[in-house]
Amino acid sequence: MPIDPRHVKVLKADDIIRERENTQAWWKRLYLPAIVLGLGVTIRNMVRNLLHPGGLPTIRYPEERRDYGHRFRGRHYLKKRPSGEPRCVACMMCATACPADCIYIVAGEHPDPAIEKYPVRFDIDGLRCIMCGYCVDACPEDAIAMTKEYEWAGYDREAFIWDKEYLLNWRDEKLVDDGYQPYEGEIDKSRMSRGTL
Amino acid sequence: METQVTDWTGVGISLIKAVLVFFGVVNAVPVLVWAERRGSAFIQHRLGPNRVNIGGFTLLGLVQPLADVVKFMWKEDYVPSHANRVFYVLAPVLLLIPASMAFAVIPFADDLLVAGRQIKMQVADLNVGILYVFALTSLSVYGIVLAGWSSNNKYSLLGGVRSSAQMISYELALGLSVVGILMIYGSVQLDAIVRGQGELLFGVLPKWGVVTQPLAFVLFTAAIFAESNRLPFDLPEAENELVVGYHTEYSSMKFALFFMAEYMAMVTGAMLIVTLFFGGWQIPWVESAELRAAVGPIPAVLLQLASFSAKLLFFLWLFIWVRWTLPRFRYDQLMRLGWKMILPLALANLFVTGVILYFT
Repeated sequence: MPIDPRHVKVLKADDIIRERENTQAWWKRLYLPAIVLGLGVTIRNMVRNLLHPGGLPTIRYPEERRDYGHRFRGRHYLKKRPSGEPRCVACMMCATACPADCIYIVAGEHPDPAIEKYPVRFDIDGLRCIMCGYCVDACPEDAIAMTKEYEWAGYDREAFIWDKEYLLNWRDEKLVDDGYQPYEGEIDKSRMSRGTL
Repeated sequence: METQVTDWTGVGISLIKAVLVFFGVVNAVPVLVWAERRGSAFIQHRLGPNRVNIGGFTLLGLVQPLADVVKFMWKEDYVPSHANRVFYVLAPVLLLIPASMAFAVIPFADDLLVAGRQIKMQVADLNVGILYVFALTSLSVYGIVLAGWSSNNKYSLLGGVRSSAQMISYELALGLSVVGILMIYGSVQLDAIVRGQGELLFGVLPKWGVVTQPLAFVLFTAAIFAESNRLPFDLPEAENELVVGYHTEYSSMKFALFFMAEYMAMVTGAMLIVTLFFGGWQIPWVESAELRAAVGPIPAVLLQLASFSAKLLFFLWLFIWVRWTLPRFRYDQLMRLGWKMILPLALANLFVTGVILYFT
């Protein structure tokens, strides 16, 4: 059945607003009591924040730092063997797992037959990295781990390509806390029990 | 021919008063900017500017306005290529001059009687008083419209046009809401109005304008907010629609002049509210003559000045407080409020006041 246009009421935006205003309580339509209530809300918040500035979400950043969780995924570092060589055996697991394709490894033959391989190059492109931590998950040697470091700055793109030397040595244990490393020590423990460390 | 003797001491005193009051108001601007920024920060759960320091002293962030001023001075003073150069340069001046003149008639303490001389504690005790203020505050619209038009920018032009429409619809309400006060105190001279508010109503309440004319106070405050282009009526600026409206194309000290003019208009507005509705320098329940007899002339003036300043500071804070509480009115809502609510209410208020005055 066609609709008779005379029976259709076209609602304009103004009509809707007016209708809503007319259904409000009369004292709300006066604006003023509502304004006074609103002023009360803001001044209450302000007084609370002035009395307890420590409760503010804003922190004085360089002096104060937010305490992130111990699983924070910040910049990576490569772990070392007691001899100072990288633990990495260049198995390419991390490069394969990496969804951002930011890890570049060139493998070389290690003189010690028990180790077999080692990375000649191990580069991470920090600008490609999405900090997912899959490389840490994938590593069978507990050789790569993440820290809580999130303050990265550089003058050019090259500054964000971290090579093997940098990844092995940048981390100062006194300044930078460990972040995400789910298998911390476990791999060593299981090797120890099997006598294969 | 009668020779007129110039009272050079009087001229000197007037000059000193003019300079002191002018510098007081100009220096209120950075303090207000500071209060605005830090107050808004604490309202919004932030900290606000607190890093700038001189030798480690941030003075609660009060050094920030100083840094802002230095920045303004060193910024490039740019004139857009298609702007009308003459009006573009003239506009901020046209806005600042009325803004820095309007508070000349505001009395900030009772007369000081020193060494046989009666010194008025106001720059100029004009007998047209309130009309002078209204005349000057209406002039400020020229600066805004010229700035909007001459910078050859659509946003600026829209800001300027909005401003003039807003002025027209609020000037009327502003004037009408004050008429009730003028009827009750029987003068347009601000000094006389303040004196009239020193009496007591029924022997208990101070005869302040807000007591005798509560409705006029509300209407006047709303109109003053519109007049000084402050939120919720800051349509000429309207950051999120018009960039910043009429001063979009301005930079450096020219922009700073607009900024100063806005805050000085705010100071003038707050001074007017205090003078007309909150007894100006009157200390409630304390007769001015008694106070002078009790503590001496100069402490009395200082106490009254403190009373005036306290009221003034509250209303300046109200301007800031309201800005960070209310959203902006839409343009048609503003017009509706001005013409359909404030204007009829002001007329009704006038009528009721007239009837009551006629029968008492």
